[in-house]
Amino acid sequence: MTLELFLQHFFNALTLGSLYGLIAIGYTMVYGILRLINFAHGDILMLGAYFVFYGTTLFCLPWPVAVVVAIIGSAVLGVLMDKIAYRPLRDAPRISALISAIAVSFFLESLAVVVFTGLPRPVHQPEWLVSIITIGGARLMPLTLLVPGVTAILVAGLLYIVYHTKPGLAMQAISKDIETTRMLGVPVDKIIALTFAIGSALAAASGIMWALRYPQIHPYMGVFPGFKAFIAAVFGGIGSIQGAVIGGLLLGFIEIMTVAFFPDLSGYRDAFAFILLVVVLLVKPTGLFGEKLKEKI
Amino acid sequence: MSEVKNTQMRDRLLTCGAIALLFVFLWWACGDMNRDLGLGLSRTWRALNGYELQILNLVAVYGILAISLNIIYGFTGMFSLGHAGFMAIGAYVSALCVLTPDQKEMMWLIEEILPPLATLYTPFWVSVILGGLVATVFALLIGIPVLRLGGDYLGIATLGFSEIIRVLIVNATSITNGSLGIKGIPCYTDVYTSFIWLIVVTFCIVRLLNSNFGNVLKAVRDDEIAAQVMGINVFHTKLFSFCLGAFLAGVGGALLGNLLTTIDPKMFTFLLTYNVLMIVVAGGLGSITGSILGSAIITVLLEWLRVVEEPMNFGFVEIPGIPGMRMVVFSVVLLIIILYRREGVMGMREFSWNGFFRFFRRFGKKEEKA
Repeated sequence: MTLELFLQHFFNALTLGSLYGLIAIGYTMVYGILRLINFAHGDILMLGAYFVFYGTTLFCLPWPVAVVVAIIGSAVLGVLMDKIAYRPLRDAPRISALISAIAVSFFLESLAVVVFTGLPRPVHQPEWLVSIITIGGARLMPLTLLVPGVTAILVAGLLYIVYHTKPGLAMQAISKDIETTRMLGVPVDKIIALTFAIGSALAAASGIMWALRYPQIHPYMGVFPGFKAFIAAVFGGIGSIQGAVIGGLLLGFIEIMTVAFFPDLSGYRDAFAFILLVVVLLVKPTGLFGEKLKEKI
Repeated sequence: MSEVKNTQMRDRLLTCGAIALLFVFLWWACGDMNRDLGLGLSRTWRALNGYELQILNLVAVYGILAISLNIIYGFTGMFSLGHAGFMAIGAYVSALCVLTPDQKEMMWLIEEILPPLATLYTPFWVSVILGGLVATVFALLIGIPVLRLGGDYLGIATLGFSEIIRVLIVNATSITNGSLGIKGIPCYTDVYTSFIWLIVVTFCIVRLLNSNFGNVLKAVRDDEIAAQVMGINVFHTKLFSFCLGAFLAGVGGALLGNLLTTIDPKMFTFLLTYNVLMIVVAGGLGSITGSILGSAIITVLLEWLRVVEEPMNFGFVEIPGIPGMRMVVFSVVLLIIILYRREGVMGMREFSWNGFFRFFRRFGKKEEKA
């Protein structure tokens, strides 16, 4: 493999990996706090992409405005989702909440089919994002560099919120012990709603970038990125934000590089992530950066 | 003592009677009757048309699938989302067995079919059992490593497994015909076959669950550690239950494949697992009666909901049909079930003749009081 080709694959993997990482953050934050796999997270991603699509075409909003509207809309949706489908089940067995999450996910998907129709829609890529530039012999779009850049900024902002602000502190406390935190006077439900809002906003951001990178949107576009990002979150150690990002990056590299070096395996590409998941769960269920879970008797 | 025996005898007779009644109904449902209307006119009369018969078939097949998931999840407490994978295996194995060698030669266009499979040909019932057995083998292979995980991790790992199966089916063209799928499977599943399978499965599972082993399963579900302390080999129990569920899922998948006559990898997505899961949840986790009732309710509901997709005319206002609305309504219904009636229709209760009579007696008493 030539160096140019390798660089090409490297940047592809970096883009895909940072998208996975950004989506995985949403999973890891919700799981860390509620021990709930939010199946509907991938569908928020899809809705975010659709919001931008309709914002720019139907309402003729300029790009930046549409993006902001989409992110805010998705955050509101995330909060609503928590309020309607998850909050009533806080004290129920965890599996009930999980089934509820699956139901929400199917609701959003089928609603999208009804409202937006099942037809895949082409996404208009702004000219300056796709004009080819050459770096070290590799032909790249500015988009390929933009995605990891935006991801890095968003992650930095998130880390600041979680580790240096009061709500972030409350989030950490809730993930350790929800009951004690409630007793200490923290408005737990509000903090959880905030978590959903942040997670959904990040999902919308990654959905928009996903739609730019792979310029087609359809109501089921969130399913597979969602699954894979969840796997990335487990890989990195669920509950840890850094872990989610690193897990996402590694998953992106594994997917792209395996196909790059062994083209025969390209048909099996979608299976890699799941095989990785099974292996990680068996060898190190806490993932790379996860805390040890103690079994309470 | 003799009273107990009498009750047992009575229950058995009643059960046989109910099954006989069911078959009379099925005979009526799919019977073709040639009515002579005199004057040389005769018309063929059918109680239910093909579409309604298909729904009846689906009720039975989904009943089997729901029971199989209920064993894994409702009775042993393992959250498994890999059902579509097992069903796919069952359906493909069965389809490979019942297709004639000529058909196979015609169908495998991309790649030649593997030689031993090309000449494989078995009767239908053998193919169904084979489908179940192959699914069991896969369940054993995946179960040994994965069942050590608990809770939602197990769910995700099994979901991953079913996706891997799908990817394998798409890629193993020489065995499965890849993404083209298999068409023209002879439609062996008629209402009799599917209901006989449902009755046999229900009978075996009810016997199994009423035995001591059933208690072992429930002990593992309710508290793993306590069960272990009591001397139960938790892992073996889980593995057995997982394999049993997979076997039945394979059988159900095989029946489904033969019912629909076409199978392709796209059919066995997470949506299928989700449908079965929702039947189990709606019927009641840990209730076989609930699974069968749930399958009847949800299958009929899903078909009935097609009404909302058709254009409606209220005389003064006309609503055009909205394709896809059915699934929206369906998911909302399920969300409401989860939020407001988590135990489903039956909860953990089972049907029994005693309960049945008590219900009617209570009903009668109320009327007397009134």
